[in-house]
Amino acid sequence: MSQHIPHLRIGCAAGFSGDRTDAAAPVVQALIASGQPAVLIFETLAERTLALAQLARRTQPDAGYEPLLVDLLQPVLADCLAHGVRIVSNFGAANPADASRRIHQLAAALGLRAPRIAVVQGDDLSGPHHRALLERALGPAMPTEPIVSANAYIGAQAIADALRAGAEIVVCGRVADPSLVLGPAMAHYGWAADDWDRLARATMAGHLLECGAQVTGGYFADPGYKDVPGLTTLGYPIAEIDPDGHCTITKPAGTGGCINERTVKEQLLYELHDPAAYLTPDVVADITTAQVLPVGPDAVRLEGVRGHPQPPTLKVNVCFESGWFAEGEISYAGPRAEARARLAGQVLRERLQGLGPVRVDLIGVTSVLGDDASTWLDAPAAGLDEARDVRLRVALQHRDHASAQRLVREVTALYTCGPAGGGGVRTAMRPRLGTVSCLVPRSAVVTGYQMWNEGGMQ
Amino acid sequence: MTDTRNAEAAPMLTVPLYRLAHSRTGDKGNRSNLSVIAWHPALWDVLVQQVTEEVVARHFAARQPSRVARYLLPQLHAMNLVLDDVLDGGVNDALNLDSHGKTLSYWLLSLPVQVPAALADYLAGPTP
Repeated sequence: MSQHIPHLRIGCAAGFSGDRTDAAAPVVQALIASGQPAVLIFETLAERTLALAQLARRTQPDAGYEPLLVDLLQPVLADCLAHGVRIVSNFGAANPADASRRIHQLAAALGLRAPRIAVVQGDDLSGPHHRALLERALGPAMPTEPIVSANAYIGAQAIADALRAGAEIVVCGRVADPSLVLGPAMAHYGWAADDWDRLARATMAGHLLECGAQVTGGYFADPGYKDVPGLTTLGYPIAEIDPDGHCTITKPAGTGGCINERTVKEQLLYELHDPAAYLTPDVVADITTAQVLPVGPDAVRLEGVRGHPQPPTLKVNVCFESGWFAEGEISYAGPRAEARARLAGQVLRERLQGLGPVRVDLIGVTSVLGDDASTWLDAPAAGLDEARDVRLRVALQHRDHASAQRLVREVTALYTCGPAGGGGVRTAMRPRLGTVSCLVPRSAVVTGYQMWNEGGMQ
Repeated sequence: MTDTRNAEAAPMLTVPLYRLAHSRTGDKGNRSNLSVIAWHPALWDVLVQQVTEEVVARHFAARQPSRVARYLLPQLHAMNLVLDDVLDGGVNDALNLDSHGKTLSYWLLSLPVQVPAALADYLAGPTP
């Protein structure tokens, strides 16, 4: 009888922490106008966002959730609550409970009723009682430095359960990105937990949505080859998911950007490895028989995704303090700019000898394509010294703050000790976070949700 | 565009890969993946024949990939290239300004490819 269930529409209004905060309003308006059951997601966690959130929480215990939480929600919270558009996000980061408290406060400040908020739990493995688990899983790769964060990529089940229990807003930490879409689809259609094909299809719908505008013409434009109208007013994507899990990607009317076979294929393959086995906590998705079909203006359908049983393990990312990152830049312009910049790089390498590898880039000549050993720079093509505006950039990392800081001081000293005509020194020092990954048995990670109320968790 | 016709072979053009395909880079850890998506189905066979694991490994020699794996998706006229150990440790460890390796797709798109002149109409971009 599933054919008689109205189709679910899921809009995505953020693809990373720091995405445009004016994206959500047109998406919510389009979801409401459709008159169909609808969910809004924000995907705001990347590989190290959680570690940064844990660091934020150290200095301010009620921080550690998405810093733009209020900016993302304020424009749409009233409409979502009034029209039954549920919100699912990983913007809880390292502190979903305090994110929920903040949303509750925001609703009150906007004069809205208290939303029913669920907090998804179980991903955070940074506590001392998980130490033995991580040691077993990582073996010799276990960091000896202090651990900042350890999070399992958990799946969609807790999200689905929370929605079925009536949550209007589901606040997660580290769930797998596509699970933000699969969870609502499971709750809506009531699919069995081993309905692998349907789970895989909705997972790939989530994969298409999880980077926001990257499927609607963002990160795509290449003038003369891939022209995109309206990059300044990009529409964010909406997936209409049918009862079998196939999806059609659209965007709000009147917004910029475009959706076509090309934008969808680029995003379908984004961050994918073996297309026959896209591993998620929920299912192993297989796109080797997938079809990408244009079905209208700015509307593309994804069909033919297959699913295989979920992996017996969950991926865990562990971030640890790994010292300090230092970088500095200085510009050279006009005749022999490149030769003077190269000389400055040589001086820095000699002055910083013994501190470990120093990366040297000549922005305007070669900067991002070579490896950290800077071998490209050391073997320049003959006859090249034509760059007229070159920015020297050097970087190193070191366990010790004072050692890393020597790079900053040496770049600054180029003002008086380096080649002629250098200007525009900028330097930066940042704490460094290392990451290691491992797999843990599914049974070692207990996930679930709790409804939040003013007194805290129920 | 160079015309390299000779007496025996069919006329061939040497063009950069971006005339045949578009690409996007993704990263996970110390591994980079690059999609290669044909502008037109007629160009697919050329991509399969010439954008091989060996050719891509050579093109990215400066990044010293420990392994290049190619996955073909003929129904999408697309392939996925997975390059291991090319990100100097990945986003948290590399000293590169672009620690994600996001710019690598356009280095791949500079790869020279031989195309039968008969397929010239399917190439993207302005014809000189």
